[in-house]
Amino acid sequence: MAPLTLAHLHPGDTATIVSIQAEEALHQRLQALGFRSGKQIELIRKASFSGPLQVRIGTTDILLRRSEAAKIKVCQP
Amino acid sequence: MKRIALLGMPNTGKSTLFNRITGGAARVGNWPGITVELLSGKILLGSDIVEIIDLPGIYDLHGFSDDEQVVRHFLHDNVPDLALIIINATQIERQMSLLLQLRQLNMNIVVLLNMSDEAKKFGITIDSKKMAEMLGLPIFLISGKYGTGYAETLQAIIKALRYPTPGMAEQLRSQLEEDEHIESEMARVMEHAVQIPAQLPENLTEKLDRVMLHPWLGLPIFFGIMYLLFQGIFFVGEPLQIWVGEALNWLRTSALDPALAGLPTWFSGLLLDGIYNGVATVAAFVPIIILFFLFMAMVEDSGYLSRAAFLMDALMAKMGLDGRGFVMLLMGFGCNVPALMGTRVMRSRSLRLLTMMVIPFSLCSARLQVFVFITAALFSPKAAPVVLFSLYLFSFAAAILTALLFKRNYQNNEPFVLELPPYRFPTARQMMLRGWMEVNHFLRRATKFIVAGVVLVWLLTHLPPSAAPASAGTLAGMLGDLLHPLFEPIGINDQLMIALIFGFVAKEIVIGSLAVIYGLSGDALGTALGQHLDWVQAYSFMLFTLIYTPCLSTIATLRSESKDLRYTLLTIFWSLGLAWIVSFIFYQGARALGY
Repeated sequence: MAPLTLAHLHPGDTATIVSIQAEEALHQRLQALGFRSGKQIELIRKASFSGPLQVRIGTTDILLRRSEAAKIKVCQP
Repeated sequence: MKRIALLGMPNTGKSTLFNRITGGAARVGNWPGITVELLSGKILLGSDIVEIIDLPGIYDLHGFSDDEQVVRHFLHDNVPDLALIIINATQIERQMSLLLQLRQLNMNIVVLLNMSDEAKKFGITIDSKKMAEMLGLPIFLISGKYGTGYAETLQAIIKALRYPTPGMAEQLRSQLEEDEHIESEMARVMEHAVQIPAQLPENLTEKLDRVMLHPWLGLPIFFGIMYLLFQGIFFVGEPLQIWVGEALNWLRTSALDPALAGLPTWFSGLLLDGIYNGVATVAAFVPIIILFFLFMAMVEDSGYLSRAAFLMDALMAKMGLDGRGFVMLLMGFGCNVPALMGTRVMRSRSLRLLTMMVIPFSLCSARLQVFVFITAALFSPKAAPVVLFSLYLFSFAAAILTALLFKRNYQNNEPFVLELPPYRFPTARQMMLRGWMEVNHFLRRATKFIVAGVVLVWLLTHLPPSAAPASAGTLAGMLGDLLHPLFEPIGINDQLMIALIFGFVAKEIVIGSLAVIYGLSGDALGTALGQHLDWVQAYSFMLFTLIYTPCLSTIATLRSESKDLRYTLLTIFWSLGLAWIVSFIFYQGARALGY
């Protein structure tokens, strides 16, 4: 089975970030926004027409595209 | 003079705070090592004048974005006497990393935890004394929105400015790379000084978002809000515009005409028919512009624009753009220049160039004046709003067509990651300040361009003195003759053409020049236009005005932001060509259909 990524989650799901497999620049931007392995992340909603995802880490809400979300591996309890 | 730099992440209320401290009296300055312009203001603190500089909001001192480089270079080349670091208290857990990075630079630092009122609502409690002790930095809780906590802060700033300015170690970057150390220290401070509830209480933002970002209601709501905003602007603004126009007319007939009666005819003509008519016609639009910018400021500050980016990203992706590009297009409705500068947040050059190419099609407030005037003159009060709305659709259509045609030349795979701030209701003071700054900017621009523009138009239509004003024998008439073959097929007569030529400099001049060319102002000008033109010609003229190019400032910004002359020329010629083609198809099509 392919590893679970943020892009696989459904609205309302909570998961823990396992790793971020993105190029240097994106990796840094994500880190600055609070994406770190071990952090809890909640998928709030998905935009229609395969649009971006809204996720929440701590008190911060972040928008990102599904292609970026696919680079973030997560695990669910 | 001592120098204070404001530092912080985006979305911390840094600029609001800056405006509050400086009273909005900021000017744009140039700084060594930096090509972009930074806002700075001078204020009296204690007994000394100090300069405050608003640096761009950054997430990370190591970042690769233009803004992050700007801040690094600024700190490197202009070590401030004091760094005022603003932190959004509701996001303290992730914003502290920037604070710790900055602390390593050994600057004089005062930390402000902003939005302490909002943090309280989230149930976040911050022990600022404990935190100050652990970090060895003075820390204050403030609310930029309500203006609390300032007195203490100012005292601390005055005190901190007495210390000598430390020198900056050369190995700035290597020092900054101790990420691991930062992370462990952050965890330590967080654990002892900050408490965040495990489950955040559901708040208003969440409830609003459930409706505003609804999978299939979101977009209709968005367009509904935009439509209502524009309706609101005209519902309130139009009576004001008529009132100001009448007042300016009254001033002329009752005071200026008699007062200047003694002057030579040509001179009073230049003053009254030239400058006064031209400027007064434009000035009547100031109420609408004020309202427009007030509404824009409200939408921008509320956090709704990021939601628009969320809703539109999927569609924008099909055009090779992203959700931020859509927000820039919306901001372009106010003025194209700041929208173009806003693309600096994009790191992929291709994406930036493509976005900058479509922004000039955004129907800015200056073009709006032209359209309001002409639709009022040529269409019934019932049809006018529909005509205006159709021009907004054309504005989007031109942007979409351009993006689709050029997206292959500007391919990119820039990630789209954007923070979604909570909704904020801007206070009346915030809105007034923003609105006033925009109006101020408009007035400065308007007076500079309009006076020069209308004087030039007056000269063109009155020289040589032997020819009758605005006749074929004047310079304007000769110019008209020369370009006639180009504009005749799109239904634009010689008078409108002169206005278009000057409109290249700034759209505010278009109506002003028409006032000078026809020697009339306000309502009388509208009536004259109604007699000279039919609606097909007027609409063709508006289409051309919409598409052909926003103004000289926009072109200058395109050039300076892209640093590419060929790209700038391509953009200008593409929009000129597109304008002509669209007007041609419309005009000939409408005529062929018998209109």
